Amino acid sequence: MPASHDVVVIGGGGAGLRAAIAIAETDPRLNVAIISKVYPMRSHTVSAEGGAAAVAGADDSLDEHTYDTVSGGDWLCDQDAVEAFVQEAPRELLRLEHWGCPWSRQADGRIAVRAFGGMKKMRTWFAADKTGFHLLHTLFQTALSYRDIVRYDEWFVSTLLVDDGKVRGVVAIELASGRVETITANAVVMSTGGCGRVYPFTTNASIKTGDGMALAYRAGAPLKDMEFVQYHPTGLPFTGILITEAARAEGGRLLNKDGYRYLQDYDLGKPEPVPVARSMELGPRDRLSQAFVHELDKGRTTPTPHGPVVHLDLRHLGAELIDSKLPFVRELCLKYQNLDPVTELIPVRPVVHYMMGGIHTDIHGATGLDGLYAAGEVACVSINGANRLGSNSLPELLVFGARAGRAAAEYAAATAGTGPGAAVVAQARDEQRRLERLVAHHAEGRERIADIRTAMQDTMESGAGIYRDRESLAKAAETLLHLRERYGRAAVGDHSRTFNTDLIALLELGCMLDVSTSIVHSALSRGESRGAHQRTDFPARDDERYLAHSLIHHEPDGTGRVEYLPVTITRWAPGERVYGRQ
Amino acid sequence: MSRTPASRRPGPAGGSGPTPYRKPVPIFWWLRRRAYLVFVLRELSGVFIAWFVVFLLLMAGAIAEGSDAYEQFRDWSGQWSVVLLNVIALLFVLLHTLTWFGLAPRAMAVRLRGRRVRPGPIVATHYLLWALLTAAVAWLILKG
Amino acid sequence: MPENDRITLRVARYRPEQEMEPTWQSYEVPLRKEWTVLDGLNHVKDHLDGTLSYRWSCRMGICGSCGMTVNGEPQLTCSAFLTDFAPGPVRVEPLANFPVVRDLVVEIDDFMNKLTEVKPWIIRAEDKPLDEGEFPQTPEEMDAYKQYSMCINCMLCYAACPVYALDPDFVGPAAIALAQRYNLDSRDEGSADRRDVLSSAAGVWACTLVGECTTACPKGVDPAGAIQRYKLTAATRSLKDLLWPWGQR
Repeated sequence: MPASHDVVVIGGGGAGLRAAIAIAETDPRLNVAIISKVYPMRSHTVSAEGGAAAVAGADDSLDEHTYDTVSGGDWLCDQDAVEAFVQEAPRELLRLEHWGCPWSRQADGRIAVRAFGGMKKMRTWFAADKTGFHLLHTLFQTALSYRDIVRYDEWFVSTLLVDDGKVRGVVAIELASGRVETITANAVVMSTGGCGRVYPFTTNASIKTGDGMALAYRAGAPLKDMEFVQYHPTGLPFTGILITEAARAEGGRLLNKDGYRYLQDYDLGKPEPVPVARSMELGPRDRLSQAFVHELDKGRTTPTPHGPVVHLDLRHLGAELIDSKLPFVRELCLKYQNLDPVTELIPVRPVVHYMMGGIHTDIHGATGLDGLYAAGEVACVSINGANRLGSNSLPELLVFGARAGRAAAEYAAATAGTGPGAAVVAQARDEQRRLERLVAHHAEGRERIADIRTAMQDTMESGAGIYRDRESLAKAAETLLHLRERYGRAAVGDHSRTFNTDLIALLELGCMLDVSTSIVHSALSRGESRGAHQRTDFPARDDERYLAHSLIHHEPDGTGRVEYLPVTITRWAPGERVYGRQ
Repeated sequence: MSRTPASRRPGPAGGSGPTPYRKPVPIFWWLRRRAYLVFVLRELSGVFIAWFVVFLLLMAGAIAEGSDAYEQFRDWSGQWSVVLLNVIALLFVLLHTLTWFGLAPRAMAVRLRGRRVRPGPIVATHYLLWALLTAAVAWLILKG
Repeated sequence: MPENDRITLRVARYRPEQEMEPTWQSYEVPLRKEWTVLDGLNHVKDHLDGTLSYRWSCRMGICGSCGMTVNGEPQLTCSAFLTDFAPGPVRVEPLANFPVVRDLVVEIDDFMNKLTEVKPWIIRAEDKPLDEGEFPQTPEEMDAYKQYSMCINCMLCYAACPVYALDPDFVGPAAIALAQRYNLDSRDEGSADRRDVLSSAAGVWACTLVGECTTACPKGVDPAGAIQRYKLTAATRSLKDLLWPWGQR
């Protein structure tokens, strides 16, 4: 007999935990399970640093947060989704405060907020510069109080079970024992996060391999806006560790090799001694990362053994401010860069950070497949459009995690009592056999998994980086096809069942190849430049043809079929993105 | 959230794979670092603290029985072996005292004018009080 | 440092389907200035031996996955630099005091259960409605618990604790520190609910201030301090109950 739950949540990060709690609260009779390939508190939400945006002050308004988000996203956001998001974000952050999140405070005990890139007003709540860490642990520890939520810690989901267009469960591998189990459910919430690891240089943790995107894509749910990959302007060279945007919000400056605040040359405003909202270092991430590439072309970056860098200057902020507002930045610099930001410049370069795209969902988290919901970075609602603003992703995973949880709970309650059909049982059996054959087949392989993975990552960086064109993308698509062939010959040297990380690496690579292919095909299809998608052969935004989301559907041959879905506009007609000038 | 111990992991019943390896604790593990050695010494000190209690009870009993019994007790406790035992016990009691005084600042979060008092003054206060109490007791005994 | 410098990793292997107890295996990896022990292990996994199993994720010291015993000390391997162990060899073993599942992977279910037992969540007699806004909390009130909220559950403190080694029932440093994190939070009213577990024989009283948990902690949490503070709280409480038994509990 397979294990059975009313709702299964895949992924135990911020979105997954929030969804699970929402399900338990919506209908306590529902049996909820969280399946995660790592213990929930290891999830990548833990690495988020800067903060979470939600309108807080009397001088701010929901409309302003919406406008900042929509213009930051180069008008590719669905405005109804953004409006729902900004409206619910404050309550979600407040709820987290009631659950114990140690938000940084003002002297009188009220929540403190800070400035952030692309935001006109100070509305970013923060817990020093470990916001994601505190948010995740608060959610996880609060979720522990819901004793009926079942956890499958360190289980890897290998496929979704779909019957008659409806998702009915999953097949998953327990890492500790290697056993393969069928876990059925009336509804599934996908919350596995992003896929930064398809690129060679990323802030993302090793677990960010796009598993959920690939599982949904293969099962028939389309992926949306996959061509929009966010490069964060300030990653440490070599490791790719993130130096939070909060460092610039507190007054950090970006300098080229001549010590010049080069952002003033890229229509981002004039340098001022104190930070100005939506200006210079507080511009949006896409524009800042693009400015770096231009500086590189002009020969004004500094070469290092780990690539060209510019410098982030925090020295004028002083030890006291750095220690109270940016302690993690100092800790990371001391440990991984062997320098003290109080007295030294931090070398930084753009680094792949976030996927604006993901599984296509509506504003309730429902995907193109009945019974499948998605939330967090794995999903694309879309509130982020062509470029996400810093500090919008944490409230996004709360708002849409809760929404997806509630919608999945209602769906599961409405479809209760309809057990899995014979087709599901047969599919599960097929997947069990496929996994067994996979191990046997790859035992004979000759290609090293890491070699294929590295080749894929390099292909993505050179073909679908900050700037791309038809030629680079077509070449990347071709290389990826070739890599898929090599994948068929990949070697799994580990034949044991107990904690076989070699097998998991193989399955993750399979997911990454599907996701990277979807990124390249979506990017090839969009003949314009918008936000994080910059085509040198189509340098302008083209609202006539592309004020629309790309939807890519999986094709059996490994390619994708791209369609377009119009953007929802409510009150903000597409306009120019203005930063640093009135 | 429901727990997932190895014996009761979720999902259908079935073998949970091979048994994990449990490393046996080596006999001399406590010699590996100073902190472990001091830990074991503190554990051992329990025996000597118990001895102190027994010694005090014997003394109290002897006093209650009258001056002869007390004289006998004094002779017995003057033996070098008993003195040695008591010296060792005293050292262990001192070890305990130093340990507890040392951790006092970590057990007590003392706040003065909104600021947390640093460890130094808290430890110093403890030693000062100890010295004062000892002096008071000594005065009580020696003045008679 | 010359480009072709190398260092040997002596790694404890345990393959339960093949062997009864762990064995040692040596790998030679490049010795680079930026490389951590974790980078060395990844080099082994990617280029030398795909069968080596270990956990890792964020590689920036915040997810808590990659704790192992390096040259006898519990450490996060993403924060332990190879050059600090030159010329080597570097001994890499699984965290002590936990059952070994495979190679460098240990079973931490015991901690996960204990964490739930100490109720690490805000407990209130009555929930405050969201419409009433936040609980005001001054920076001083936050300071009272902030340090204990920094625990990343990496298990280094349990690996360093001899009490846990000898008595696996001991609730342990991280779980007690997290209980104190909530006890000392001005928003929480649940200290009475946590008292039974914390002041049991397997709770704070099992600790005899070895202090190695605090030494091992990579995040400055000071679990030893948390435990001693709770001892004082529990002792004061017992004394009060004894002298004033009809007082409010």
